[in-house]
Amino acid sequence: MKRFDFIQPATIEDALAAWEPGAVWLGGGTNIVDLMKTGAMQPDKVIDITRLPGLSEIETLPDGAIRIGSLVRNSDLADHPQIARHAPMVAEALLAGASGQLRNAATVGGNLMQRTRCAYFQDPTAACNRRAPGTGCDAAQAGDGMAILGWSEACIATNPSDFCVPLAALDAVVEVQGPEGAREIPVAAFHLLPGDTPDRETDLAPGELIIGVRLPAEATGFAANARYLKVRDRTSYAFAMTSAAAALRLEDGRIAEARLALGAVAAKPWRATEAEALLAGQAPDDALFDRAAEAALAGAAPSGGNAWKIDLARRTTARSLRMAAAGTPAEMPALPASPFGHSAEDHAHA
Amino acid sequence: MPDTLDTHVRFGSNSGQPITRRDGRAKVTGGATFAADNSPDSVLHAVYVPATIARGRVTALDTAAAEAHPGVTHVVTPQNRPPLQGDPSDKPTMFSFRFEALQDDTVRYAGQPIALILGETLEAATEGARLLNPRYEIATPRTGLDEAAHYTFDPDAFGKPADTVHGDPEAGHAAAAHSVDVTYETAPQYHNAMETHAVVASWDGDRLSLDMPSQALSMTCAGIAYYFGIPAENVTLRSPYLGGGFGSKAIPTGPYVLAVLAARMTGRPVKMMLTRQQMFGPVGHRGQTRQRLRLGTDAEGRLTVLDHAGLSATSTFDDFIEPAANASQGLYAAGALRSTHSAVRLDVGTPGPMRAPGEASGSAALECAMDEMAETLGMDPLEFRLRNYAETEPGTGKPFSSKALRECYAQGAERFGWADRPLQPGQMRDADGLRVGWGMGTAFFPCPMFMAEANATLRADGTAMVETSAADMGQGAWTALAQIAADSLGLPLDQVEFRAGHSGLPDAGVAGGSGHTATAGSALHAAGGDVIRQLGEIAAADPDSPLHGAGNAGFTARDGRLYVAGDDSRSDAFADILARAGGAEVSGAGSASRAPEAAEAHAMNAHGAVFAEVKVDPDLCQMRVTRLVGAFAAGRIINPRLAESQLYGGMIWGLSFALHEEARHDPARGHIVNADLAGYHVPVNADVHGLDVISVHEDDPYVNALGVKGVGEIGITGTVGAIGNAIWHATGKRVRRFPIRIDDLLGD
Repeated sequence: MKRFDFIQPATIEDALAAWEPGAVWLGGGTNIVDLMKTGAMQPDKVIDITRLPGLSEIETLPDGAIRIGSLVRNSDLADHPQIARHAPMVAEALLAGASGQLRNAATVGGNLMQRTRCAYFQDPTAACNRRAPGTGCDAAQAGDGMAILGWSEACIATNPSDFCVPLAALDAVVEVQGPEGAREIPVAAFHLLPGDTPDRETDLAPGELIIGVRLPAEATGFAANARYLKVRDRTSYAFAMTSAAAALRLEDGRIAEARLALGAVAAKPWRATEAEALLAGQAPDDALFDRAAEAALAGAAPSGGNAWKIDLARRTTARSLRMAAAGTPAEMPALPASPFGHSAEDHAHA
Repeated sequence: MPDTLDTHVRFGSNSGQPITRRDGRAKVTGGATFAADNSPDSVLHAVYVPATIARGRVTALDTAAAEAHPGVTHVVTPQNRPPLQGDPSDKPTMFSFRFEALQDDTVRYAGQPIALILGETLEAATEGARLLNPRYEIATPRTGLDEAAHYTFDPDAFGKPADTVHGDPEAGHAAAAHSVDVTYETAPQYHNAMETHAVVASWDGDRLSLDMPSQALSMTCAGIAYYFGIPAENVTLRSPYLGGGFGSKAIPTGPYVLAVLAARMTGRPVKMMLTRQQMFGPVGHRGQTRQRLRLGTDAEGRLTVLDHAGLSATSTFDDFIEPAANASQGLYAAGALRSTHSAVRLDVGTPGPMRAPGEASGSAALECAMDEMAETLGMDPLEFRLRNYAETEPGTGKPFSSKALRECYAQGAERFGWADRPLQPGQMRDADGLRVGWGMGTAFFPCPMFMAEANATLRADGTAMVETSAADMGQGAWTALAQIAADSLGLPLDQVEFRAGHSGLPDAGVAGGSGHTATAGSALHAAGGDVIRQLGEIAAADPDSPLHGAGNAGFTARDGRLYVAGDDSRSDAFADILARAGGAEVSGAGSASRAPEAAEAHAMNAHGAVFAEVKVDPDLCQMRVTRLVGAFAAGRIINPRLAESQLYGGMIWGLSFALHEEARHDPARGHIVNADLAGYHVPVNADVHGLDVISVHEDDPYVNALGVKGVGEIGITGTVGAIGNAIWHATGKRVRRFPIRIDDLLGD
């Protein structure tokens, strides 16, 4: 591993002052440390932010919004009663991710900042426009395909986060501080599509630090009908092949408002606004959900031999809407976000 | 499994007791010393640079940059690599492979060592390896079964399986009233023992000391010694614990030889431990296969022919051809049997033995083809297998030494509830609307014996020490072999000191082929018997012994005493016999192998039946194995707890084979793109539940004096096919390629 400076600032101000080009923020380290070991990331300076004060709280603001500090551990957030009550699909998504040990270490800010698991991005000897601009895209050359929405010739990678999918659906906001002061970025606009500059992964400016994530008060209005669904080729500890976060606000037997986002299909959590518009005002039924899923994937195109993934994403979307319409379960399923969530013999939170 | 109150209390005999692993506490508390836990003074750390292309040539290395890195002491490349005394292309032992040890700049597979960095710290050596920044001339890699010419070969004892024909297959095809002709493929799989390969090597003159996990200590010493031009007895190998072996730790490979070479070159101890990524290349794997099965039956469903043709991938420079088609020999009573093998040379590391080599891949295809044949006949798959039950070995007509397969079928089917299975697929749904399917497969594995030796010493205080260079890969050799040894001496387990895992001990042979308990156990049994025989002679000749003059009646040993056979009123304690004889020790020796005439007289195999339930989401096609019931008959079970664990492990691997494991190659460079445990999937805990193992009683008077067959590998066989067949039964879709993936089931 390349040698690097390691500092542990005690205040946010010190942390921001310590930043310089070539520096990275270190939270739980569950992704960055792996990438430093393979050589895919070679920072000159690692700034450990886990000692910064005031970033580990979950609080309800006067307007009903929920503010989550960027250093809150994924497992603490998933188990928090406010989240279970007001944003259950956020908890469900968190519990569908990684493993218990990793969730104990991983932070909220780190989850937002995690890098694609594209094998070629992680392999420093591969051509990758995201990691090394201008080198090409070995992933596209390989032909299997990855993203089905929003990809470009330069990059076909997907964002691996489960957590960010319901956040995008619920209009969550990222709070950041930087050399130019504080600002807010909607989660749906936080990650960038690759275009010609896949190395620009987020809207963060150099030196900006995530302070927290805020779930707006209106997010809590979806709590009764909100589900996250994740399809994968083993039951736990695997990234999604496709996923979807679906939330419905039902009034008088009709969908007053729908929220829908797809995971593992693009370089960002994919907010399906056309499908949301199609659902609004309608009576929920299977045919409607199928049409909404069609609409959500209308712009999809395979980035290789993965046309099957469009089909699977459509099915995942329709199912997530059905699950949301059926109502948020009173208790977290034993296998969160899983088609096998009902299996009684399973251990909780596999 | 009922727990005993105190697992070291002896009830009757030691064998047959579900004693917990004697090394378990040391392992879970960190007290067990694995190879890489050793750090001798002044040790150097070795890191090899793996090729990142599969075919071509190394054109440049930044050796100066690597050498300049602080802490890097040596950069070894084909330019400056000191000579070996034995050619890496030679095969000094029966189970040797050709390997890469920096002979030249050719790249034959991704992951091949192309340089070696030595450093004062692991971090320095690792960074030196990165700085070497190899450049290549890349040739188009061949990693798929159709990307190079297929060939046939002359068989030899290891790695080149012979074709076998019994009866007239063409006549069998011609006579068939019903037939299937199906082709199955299996993916390349890589052993991923929890403990990656590791070695700590140090030289003292021409004597070599090794700490290194080994499934075959004596053979490993002989192999390493050959490459360095020293006698095998100059090599001392310590391998007390292996964190899994699975076949990949039986044979010295290139990385080991490079580490030993580095130690000789520098005059310092050298430690090397492979990274997880480095496990995908130079240390063996299960080669991919394509298998065509043509089955024919008469109108009543009796097989007229079972015709199995296997194509297996090997490397460009050596032959390990997965003997998959042999799985169709010895199991079903077909009128004619044919197993043929062909191969294709790909730009991959040489495959090698990986838990049930041949049997696992072959059984997967065979058991699915049998299911397809039953479907064609409109017959229940279990009934079809019973209709073709072999009472004697198919083809040869030899009697089986024992075969309780019928009981396995019956007990497994009963436990599973097989009788309620609808014949047609797609008939069952659970309360949540998930598709449910049931499938089954026959498990089958031969029970070979190798050669082993053991010593036993009865000490003056009546306790004993037994020794053999056995290997405990986690299967429980430290425990099961000690149980056998204690019984052979008539002593409680806690009065027997068992020494193993060291090359200075009598040769225990190979922990492989599911034959280690049978082989090393038989040697220990013989050694203990030799001691008791001598002790009896001493007692019978001693006028002060209650046993005086009873030699003709014979003695039995029990609880530290010798008894006159058939007369419990006359006995003498071991310690008393020895005390009167002047406090001497009594030492005995034993050896074991199977006599050729015994091997010729009977067909010897373990059998089993595996039943699987899967659930498949009807829209999302995500699959889950919800129940697995395996009933196995494998002769005498020395330790039911350990044997069950072995069978569980085998069945879980079967699940892994059926639904998860697959190394995927990049088409341009040929490297494996998922070479870590995040990308190379094996089942996690949440994938494994509803596991049920039934041990079916079996007495076998022919396999060996102990009646032990072995349980290490059989659990994989049968299971893969059972799961594939269950997925068909749930969905109506036959997927003829393992692992079965979600996208295989989409689009209906």
